[in-house]
Amino acid sequence: MAEGILVVTNQEEGRVRRVAYEMLAVAQELAPGKVTALTFGPGAEHTREGLGRYGADQVVAFNGSAYTRYSSDGFAEAVAKTAESLDVEALLFPANAWGKDLAPRVAGLLKAGLASDCTEIYRRDDGRLGAVRPVYAGKAFARVAIQSPRQVFSLRPNIQAVKETGRAGAALDMDPGLDAASFKAVVTEVLTSPGGQLELTEADIIVSGGRGVKAAENFKVLEDLADALGAAMGSSRPVADEGWVPHSYHIGQTGKVVSPTVYFAVGISGAIQHLAGISGSKYIVAINSDADAPIFKAANYGVVGDLFKVVPALAEEIRAIKKDA
Amino acid sequence: MKILVLVKQVPDTATKIRLNPGDAAIQTDGIKWVINPYDEFAIEECLRLKEKHGGEVVVVSMGPARVEEAIRQALAMGADRAVHIVTDAVVDSQVAARALARVCQDEGYDLVVTGKQAVDDDQAQVGPLVAVELGLPQVTVVLKLEVDPDAHQIRAERELEGASEVVELSMPAVVTAQRGLNEPRYPTLPNIMKAKKKEVKSVPLESLGIDTDPWVVVEELTLPPERPAAKILTGEPEEAARELARLLHEEAKVI
Repeated sequence: MAEGILVVTNQEEGRVRRVAYEMLAVAQELAPGKVTALTFGPGAEHTREGLGRYGADQVVAFNGSAYTRYSSDGFAEAVAKTAESLDVEALLFPANAWGKDLAPRVAGLLKAGLASDCTEIYRRDDGRLGAVRPVYAGKAFARVAIQSPRQVFSLRPNIQAVKETGRAGAALDMDPGLDAASFKAVVTEVLTSPGGQLELTEADIIVSGGRGVKAAENFKVLEDLADALGAAMGSSRPVADEGWVPHSYHIGQTGKVVSPTVYFAVGISGAIQHLAGISGSKYIVAINSDADAPIFKAANYGVVGDLFKVVPALAEEIRAIKKDA
Repeated sequence: MKILVLVKQVPDTATKIRLNPGDAAIQTDGIKWVINPYDEFAIEECLRLKEKHGGEVVVVSMGPARVEEAIRQALAMGADRAVHIVTDAVVDSQVAARALARVCQDEGYDLVVTGKQAVDDDQAQVGPLVAVELGLPQVTVVLKLEVDPDAHQIRAERELEGASEVVELSMPAVVTAQRGLNEPRYPTLPNIMKAKKKEVKSVPLESLGIDTDPWVVVEELTLPPERPAAKILTGEPEEAARELARLLHEEAKVI
C-alpha cells in the first residue's frame, strides 16, 4: 500500500522558503511512513541539513544540468516519476507561484485529485487525508475529501508552525532520467522588481493603503510605517487600478489573498472583495477618517482619524518600542 | 491562428456568501453571475491576438443553462462563436479539464487561453490540467504575452513573489491570464446585438464520453469565524497612535 509523503519544494542557492518547513511539519503529523523532501536546481544538495532538521527523513536533490532552469512540464514529469517510484500516499506543494504552477501539472500526470491552497490538512477517521481550504477568496472555507488513490495538496504559506525534530535528512539518490532537451516550456530569465520588496503572501506584517491615501506620492507615508515595522506593502484594488502602486500590491478577491499576523488597512473603506482577501489575518488594524467605514467591522483595532497624522505618529511610536526592546 | 478561450461563469465578486448549516454549496438565489474576472483578461488577450495575427476566437464554457449569458457576453466582446458543455452536475477541476480538453481536441487549436483561476473555488488548476490532457506546455499567471505564430513560439512573462520570470515555449500551448495582462474592453451595443446571432453549440456533458466522477469533493462549507468587536480609538492623532502602539505591543503582543 502507498505510504509516506513527498514534500516538493523550490529552493534558491541552497535556501528554501519557510513554507518548505511548514509543509514538513504538516507531513510529520500525517505520515506513518517516511517523509521525503524533493528539491530542484543548483545548490539543492545544500538544503538537506535544514530539511532534515525540520522533519525530512530523506531528501532527493535533482541538481543535475537538466534542472538548472525551471520547466513546468519537465519538473512535473520528474516529480510524478519520483512519486510513483516511492509509491507515496500523498504529495505536498507550496501554494506559491512555483507550486501553483507545478502541482496541478503533477496531479494531472498522476491522475490524482489536488486540493489547492489548503490551510489545514489532517488524517480522517477513514484513514485517508482531508483538507480545509478557502473558497471565494476566504469568504468561506471548504472541507474537502480526495477520492483518487494518490492525494495531492498545496499548502498556503504562513499558516502552519514549523517544528524542529531533527530527522535524518538522508540523501536519497534518484534519477528520473529526463533530458532537458525534451522540456517544452523553460524559464529563460528572472526579472526582479526594484527594491526587492517583501512578498505579501509570506509577510508577517502588511501595511496596505487605499483611496484615502489620495495620491501615489503619499504612499511614502505608509512606506515609512512599513519600514518601522519591517512590513510588506499592499493596497486595495482601486489604487492599483489607478496606477498609484503596482498591480502586485493589490489585495482582495481578484488580487492577492494574504494571512499575516497583523494587517494595517490605511485609508481603505473595506469593500467585500478586499475583506475576503484579508480575512486570514490574525489581527486587522484599521486607520480611517470615516467612522462608518465597513473596515472597522472587520478590524480588531481601529483608529478614527486623519491618516496623515496618525500614521507618522504610529511609525514614531513603533520605532520607540523597538528601540526599547 | 485558431484560439480557444476557456470561460467560467462565477458569482460576482461583490456577492455575500450565504450558507445553511451542513451545506456543501453556497445559496445561489439572487446571485448575480458574471464571467470570471481572470477569464475576461484571457478573452481580451485572445481578441488582441486575433486582431494582430488574424484567425478565430472560440469560447468554450461549461455549466448549466445560465452559463449562456456569460458566453453571449464573451461573444459581445468579440469572440466569433462558442461551445457550451451543458451540465447541472457538480464537477471538480479534473472533470472540467477533461471535458474542456475533449472539446479542444474536437475543435483543434493553435493556442488555448484561460484565467489563472476562477474566483469561486479558487483551485487554479484547470489551465494546467487541460495542458496535461492535451499534452501541451503551459505558462500560468501571465502578465505579458508575445506570440509568434510563424515560428510557433511564445514568450511570456509570469508573476512570481516580488519578481517575474520569462518563459519561452513552443506552440500550441496553454496560457493562463493574470490581472495586469491587459484592460478588457466593454462590449458595445452593436456588438451585443451581433452576439445574439453568433453560433453557440450546445454539447451535453454526457455525450463527451469522459469519466465525470469528481475526485475532489466538497463535504461542507463554513463561514469564517467572526472577529470580536474592534477596539476603536478616537481623539488626538498622537494619543490614538500611542495607544494603538501600546495595544499592539502589550495586548496583542505582535510588535
